[in-house]
Amino acid sequence: MLCQKKEARVHLTDVKEGKVKKVDLCEDCAKAKNIEDPAGFALADLLLGLGASEELTSGATEGSPLVCPHCGFTQADFKKTGRLGCPACYETFKDGLLGMLKTMHKGNRHCGKVPRGLALGREVQERIQGLQRSLEQAVATEDYEQAARLRDEIKALKENPGAVMAG
Amino acid sequence: MQLHEFLTPADQVAQRTGPGNRIVLSSRVRLARNVSGFAFPGWAKKADRQRACDLLCEAVGRQPEMQGAFTASLDSLSAMDKQILVERHLISREHAAKGAGSALLLSRDESLCVMVNEEDHLRMQALLPGFQLPEVWRAIDRLDTGLEQSLEYVFSRELGYLTACPTNVGTGIRVSAMLHLPALVLDEQITQIIQAVNKLGLAVRGLYGEGTEALGNVFQVSNQMTLGESEAEIVERLSKVVAQVIEHEDNARARLLEKESKVVFNHIGRAYGILANAHSVSSKEAINLLSLLRLGIDLGTLPGTPRALVDELSILTQPAHLQANHSDKLTAEQRDIRRADMLRHALRDVRRPIVPPPPAPPLDKPPAP
Ligand SMILES: [Zn+2]
Ligand SMILES: [Zn+2]
Repeated sequence: MLCQKKEARVHLTDVKEGKVKKVDLCEDCAKAKNIEDPAGFALADLLLGLGASEELTSGATEGSPLVCPHCGFTQADFKKTGRLGCPACYETFKDGLLGMLKTMHKGNRHCGKVPRGLALGREVQERIQGLQRSLEQAVATEDYEQAARLRDEIKALKENPGAVMAG
Repeated sequence: MQLHEFLTPADQVAQRTGPGNRIVLSSRVRLARNVSGFAFPGWAKKADRQRACDLLCEAVGRQPEMQGAFTASLDSLSAMDKQILVERHLISREHAAKGAGSALLLSRDESLCVMVNEEDHLRMQALLPGFQLPEVWRAIDRLDTGLEQSLEYVFSRELGYLTACPTNVGTGIRVSAMLHLPALVLDEQITQIIQAVNKLGLAVRGLYGEGTEALGNVFQVSNQMTLGESEAEIVERLSKVVAQVIEHEDNARARLLEKESKVVFNHIGRAYGILANAHSVSSKEAINLLSLLRLGIDLGTLPGTPRALVDELSILTQPAHLQANHSDKLTAEQRDIRRADMLRHALRDVRRPIVPPPPAPPLDKPPAP
């Protein structure tokens, strides 16, 4: 990246993985790399691979740049920093991000740890759906005693999912 | 409490051992987490960042693992304290550059360190000596699960834990092992190994120095991808690769001893000669020569010299640690002289390296990982 033949005029700071790497380029090298204006240089490209900063704009329609309604972050900000502004930015820039994520990760869907509260939510929901099917069946077969028991169980599960699941 | 009162002295840190620490210096897992209601630290307004910082410090400080922890706002630490934390691999350089609105919490045994408002709201790491990746993952998983009770993480079913940088989204995990690979470097196999590991989607970088430069023959192997793979899969994949790199390093050591013992003993002897006798040694030179001395101990050329001595010196010869032992501000030249003085003193009782008898041929090949 640096020829070390001429005095460096363009100085960039690449912060990756907590390590600060200074990138110094002479004017010729900077021109060759199309980085004449260091302020306009896409740190996103340096951090995330060439083309990353362009990718994010793909969700924007002609003439109306995307702005995150939650935090005011724009794709120009992303281009500059290589970072997003707030969690809602993932929704705002979704179209552009998905393509980018595909190139940098193994898959496009999370398949790791889930916060316990959410994991419980899914389990409870599945259980409720199962009970509801049984309830319909019980009503269809006119087993009202069983239906009443199932209805109570569903009600308890909805009101206090943690206690019922633990018990 | 002041940082220097809290931190375990370098000689005791060097006494910490773990399985396989002949080649694997340490194992580390880092998780990135963010909480809802705040922009990411780099974009948040100052007041919001401070509010998030207070909330997070309170929640982290309440965890059982963090009882008796060292807690500090980054603006309350001196530049030297921050540099010492970086030299101990407890915080990132990026975090050291932060001030008010960012903080750090370090557990009493120094195995858990939480950076508050680094690039993400929380960057928590578990660090243990030796080769114990599943253990560090379990430790940080426990802390993270504890924090879930009081913090509302931003999590999406599709993309997992949302992070400031899209490179960390998903599990937010970075699993890494620090490897001492002098024989692979001497035997000029290291480039090949790095390329092979890169092909598996893992990163290898020199620990000290910039870019690909690896001072002290220390390399960090870590995962790059965080989305589409579970934490357990990443830990297992990295463990397998590290086990293979260890095997290659062992083979390179055996090969060098058998075919090019003069080259190896020459390097070790010269390293000892300079470290034990020089009157000015730069930080970079010390790191490189101490690596060779460590290899000398592993190969039996320095009987009776514990590996911990070299590990202690590797910590103490770093610039901020060296400065910390002197009240007056030292110039780089003065530091080089003090460093050499310290090395000569520490090695005064270490006899010069011997040529060890050739090892008996192994009865069995080590089991494949
Ligand atoms: Zn140039
Ligand atoms: Zn946003």
